[in-house]
Amino acid sequence: MERRTTYNRALEISKDVCIGCSHCIKVCPTEALRVFGGKAGIHADWCIDCGECYRVCPTRAIGVIDDDFKQIFNYKNRVLLVPSVFFAQFEDSIPRKVIYDIIGELGFTEVCAVEQSVDTLISEINDYIHDAEKPVISSFCPAVIRLIQVRFPSLVDNIMKLLPPIEITAQYYKKRYEREGVPESEYGIFYLTPCIGKIAAVKSPVGGYTSPINGVINMDFFFNKVYLAYKQNTPITKSIKINGAISSKGVLYPTTGGESRHIKGKSLAIDGMKNVIDFLEKLENEEIKDVDFLEIRACDESCAGGILSYRNRFLTTRSLRDYASQMPDTHHLIHDYKYYCSAIVHMDKIEPRSMVKYDRDITIAIEKMESARRLKRLLPGIDCGACGAPSCEALAEDVVRGQAQVNACIFLRTVLEKMGEISLEEAIEIMENIWGSERFKNDK
Amino acid sequence: MQFEYKVEGGDFTMAGVASSQVKKTLKQLGVDSSVIKRVVVALYEAEVNIVAHAYRGVIYVDIEGDGIKLKLVDEGPGIPDVPLAMTKGFSTASPSVREMGFGAGMGLPNISENADFFSIETQVGQGTTLQIEINFT
Repeated sequence: MERRTTYNRALEISKDVCIGCSHCIKVCPTEALRVFGGKAGIHADWCIDCGECYRVCPTRAIGVIDDDFKQIFNYKNRVLLVPSVFFAQFEDSIPRKVIYDIIGELGFTEVCAVEQSVDTLISEINDYIHDAEKPVISSFCPAVIRLIQVRFPSLVDNIMKLLPPIEITAQYYKKRYEREGVPESEYGIFYLTPCIGKIAAVKSPVGGYTSPINGVINMDFFFNKVYLAYKQNTPITKSIKINGAISSKGVLYPTTGGESRHIKGKSLAIDGMKNVIDFLEKLENEEIKDVDFLEIRACDESCAGGILSYRNRFLTTRSLRDYASQMPDTHHLIHDYKYYCSAIVHMDKIEPRSMVKYDRDITIAIEKMESARRLKRLLPGIDCGACGAPSCEALAEDVVRGQAQVNACIFLRTVLEKMGEISLEEAIEIMENIWGSERFKNDK
Repeated sequence: MQFEYKVEGGDFTMAGVASSQVKKTLKQLGVDSSVIKRVVVALYEAEVNIVAHAYRGVIYVDIEGDGIKLKLVDEGPGIPDVPLAMTKGFSTASPSVREMGFGAGMGLPNISENADFFSIETQVGQGTTLQIEINFT
């Protein structure tokens, strides 16, 4: 089941570490996970890199496919684009200067705020929504874009065709180096990410775009490195150039409402995967009218609740608010950004990613769906997950697709046993196939 | 493939359940999203019409390889003047219904615009039957 596809995926499951607890299969918004042979597996075409499974995995078996940190040393100039939530991971008493110095000591030559570009982006969005199909859905959250591509394909045209802040800031750096005559081989632009979706978004961006970002660094990994150096009082021997220009808008942009409150017209901010899905369902049914702009983020409390965050999301949000209150409304690089931005900020239309459930031929698909419906009526409807699928409906679909046996259902199997159709030994074997034979040993 | 949904008059919290279910089914079948959009808009309007105006109704859905047929049969007051009801902006919805964001008129014309085939049969004092057909290609 686990295989590479055209869609770059940032998540992988370590079979050695996975205990087949099945927590992940229940939280996946596209039902892309199953347990078989005692291990979880991902249906790669359906994965949207939201990281909900990563969040609930008790053994850290779900890993992030990020870039090797050492690759930063392939470049003479090494810029790290740092999101404002990163600084909010630390206790408020640690001065920012100390964190910058440690980032320099770890190998970067320059550090820059990701959200430096938002002031310019906000004015671009306000121009954009003027003529665009309403409601405009923000392109900020990559997990939401992928969710729409897979589960709400009719809404892809509503996604704003403007780049997210990280790409604009990265483009600014690229342009700046070009202007200074630095050859491409001598600078590396790296992004410190609070979420998994952004890794996949940088590696395989949507909207006919290629990212200038050379590597993505996992914030969870990097936080540990920085915090350890802080705790151990690692001596600072290197210097780092600090491009800290950011406005209060920039600091708060990754928090819930950080985007929508600056957009003219009627806007809404929605966060948390369940809320997002409920809302998109209604939007797709055209039950929601009279909204111009939608800020939609997959994580509860937006990026403060990012999958790769260490600190409690509410404390992170409070830190960001406190910091924003000390920051000015604007910063000195806005004119530079304005100069570059209008040329690069636009992207092409985003294509839907169809999630073929049964068959590409509708007539065959209808037949298969009918079979799945009949089958579903036989299943208990309690979505226990003992078959390795997230719901009875998902099992019925898997059976029709030839990817599971109907006797994987523990209820049906009990009936079959009672009728003498299968033996106890066969029943145990089926259970072992799904959950692994190890699990059935008493002395494990 | 056939489905049936019961609709209760006055129960706005449940309005939209049938259209959501049909939408989910069509998506799983891989029907083109622009077609799904038309089906959902037409069905949602028609579903809300039953909730807003009738006492109760049943929605019959028949999906075949070439398209979808919807039949909405309600028991209700019926429509005294069909051409008037087919006029854009005409509404008989009560103020309380309008406050909930429903009943802005345009229901029937909007359904008809999204359908490849549309028919309406009504008997005052008894009820209304709508038939909507939308082709997949």
